[in-house]
Amino acid sequence: MAQNDTFYTATHLMAVTAGKVLKDNKSVFVGTGLPMIAAMYAQRTHAPNLLLIFEAGSIGPQMKTLPISVGDSRTGYRAISISTMHDNMSFSQAGWTDYGFLGGAELDKYGNLNTTYIGESWENPKVRLPGSGGGNDVASLSHSFIIIIRQSKRNFVEKVTFITSPGYLDGPGAREKAGLPANCGPIKVITQLGVYGFDDKTKIMKLETIHPGVSIEDIRNNCGFDVIIPDNVPTTPIPTREDVQLLRELDPTGMAIGK
Amino acid sequence: MKILEEGTGELVGWHDPDENRAWMAKRSRAIVDKRMSLSDAVSKYVSDGDVIAMGGFGHIRVSMAGIFEMIRQKKKDLTMLGKTGVHDIDVMIGGGILSKVEVAYCFGHEMRGLSKCGRNAVESGKVKVVSEISNAGHQWRFLGGMMGVPFVPTRTMLGSDTLRKSSAKVVEDPWTKKPICLVPSCNPDIVFIHVPRADKFGNCQYDGYVVEDFELARAARTLIITTEEIIDNEEIRETPWKTLIPGFFVDAVVEVKNGCHPCNMPGQYYFDEVAISEWLDMSKTDEGLKQWLDKYVFGVSDFKEYLELNGGEDKMKYLYELEHYRADLKAPWLDKKLGKKGGK
Repeated sequence: MAQNDTFYTATHLMAVTAGKVLKDNKSVFVGTGLPMIAAMYAQRTHAPNLLLIFEAGSIGPQMKTLPISVGDSRTGYRAISISTMHDNMSFSQAGWTDYGFLGGAELDKYGNLNTTYIGESWENPKVRLPGSGGGNDVASLSHSFIIIIRQSKRNFVEKVTFITSPGYLDGPGAREKAGLPANCGPIKVITQLGVYGFDDKTKIMKLETIHPGVSIEDIRNNCGFDVIIPDNVPTTPIPTREDVQLLRELDPTGMAIGK
Repeated sequence: MKILEEGTGELVGWHDPDENRAWMAKRSRAIVDKRMSLSDAVSKYVSDGDVIAMGGFGHIRVSMAGIFEMIRQKKKDLTMLGKTGVHDIDVMIGGGILSKVEVAYCFGHEMRGLSKCGRNAVESGKVKVVSEISNAGHQWRFLGGMMGVPFVPTRTMLGSDTLRKSSAKVVEDPWTKKPICLVPSCNPDIVFIHVPRADKFGNCQYDGYVVEDFELARAARTLIITTEEIIDNEEIRETPWKTLIPGFFVDAVVEVKNGCHPCNMPGQYYFDEVAISEWLDMSKTDEGLKQWLDKYVFGVSDFKEYLELNGGEDKMKYLYELEHYRADLKAPWLDKKLGKKGGK
């Protein structure tokens, strides 16, 4: 887990790993921070024709540097269109968005996310968080979505305090039963320790790869629910020095990736 | 239609479409000079208890000048449609003019992290969150308001607690028989929108980054425009395709150059992260907040004087260069964050 002797950080590894999930000639609905970096990285490497979509209206930009907001003018750099939220949300609902990208304060084994509050009740929250934003829309309307989140026993919980954005809700078929578009949902969870997918049958999170230097015990000690751990778990490929260099170019001030 | 589920959030800003039609019928279509001072516009059109929405995107193309004037006039008990509230709602909360919020995204500053000021207000009960919604859900509430229908059907929010705490309902769609979410339409009492250019009649032109202004302007029961500049009506008529808000939707036009500072005005100026950092720091405590308001809101008579306190023309020149990638971003909040985390 300690990477003091290496040239990359856990954040670099998360960004690059997330970027590698995105295939060329697909579309991705991008949120603030690491998702932006991952999408920009993918576009500069293996997926030059990756179509970036922002909730505030930008479509198909080739961004130079990391924006502060999903709506600021940096999101429109070399875009093919700067449209509206109604347009971008509507075409996502109509089936044009392949991937979404989300983070959260809490996550459960079905990939449900909480970004609304922590505490006893919604009426009297201990910590009030920003709410859904476009998160619920991305989780509801994209064909698939990827979660980037740091994991610990505290935030990987059996049951999230509040389902702000739907994962597989309470299991197989629940999304469709609720009326959400068919055959959608989270496909990956990328943390500082490993990469997870979702088991086909149960829709429960399943470890796919483990980052270098991380043990199965570390995974278990930093997870508040029973995650599926197969017998042989491969190691996550590490970023190259060029990857790290590229991340620094995309985020020169270190806003998302650190210095 | 069979109702399958009902959100328990408070229904804010909804009007029976016939009642709303009657309101719109009474509004003037006359082509008249709608220019006035910001203080006149706010005192004439903003009432305590109004349901309010801000155009733009929380900290992009927002009417900060309008917000400052509402605080200066001590408006109170407004209900905010937090359709992505960032710096706008933060200052409104700090300024004490809000008592209720419908939240799509609020109390956060995107890359800058959570807002201490907004969080404190909610966690202490000073400001009450009355309902949740998603960004698309919120914007479709305005679409319904613009269309003059009572609701808009959507496939978002289904199955989530966001829906359960919203004012939406889930019904069985008569065609597919699948559950569908109906978001109630919304016609806010008052909307402020900051635009790059408008003429004296209220015709507003855009340079992109419209976000949801198109719908919001049409859903608004009263609309105040602040604009970077007033242009001649001939200019509007030469390029009518750039006009996204025709003047008849508008009640007041106020010229406020740099009226979106410290937020991002696409094409004109990027975020003033130095000013935003100062706000984030000072608004953490009641004492700091009071000092900030005394200095920047109550201690000046208008937005121009406020800008002088923030570096005036020189600062705006730098923010123009920054917008065009010709200057380096100065962001004290970021230096602090990176320093704290120890670099690596």
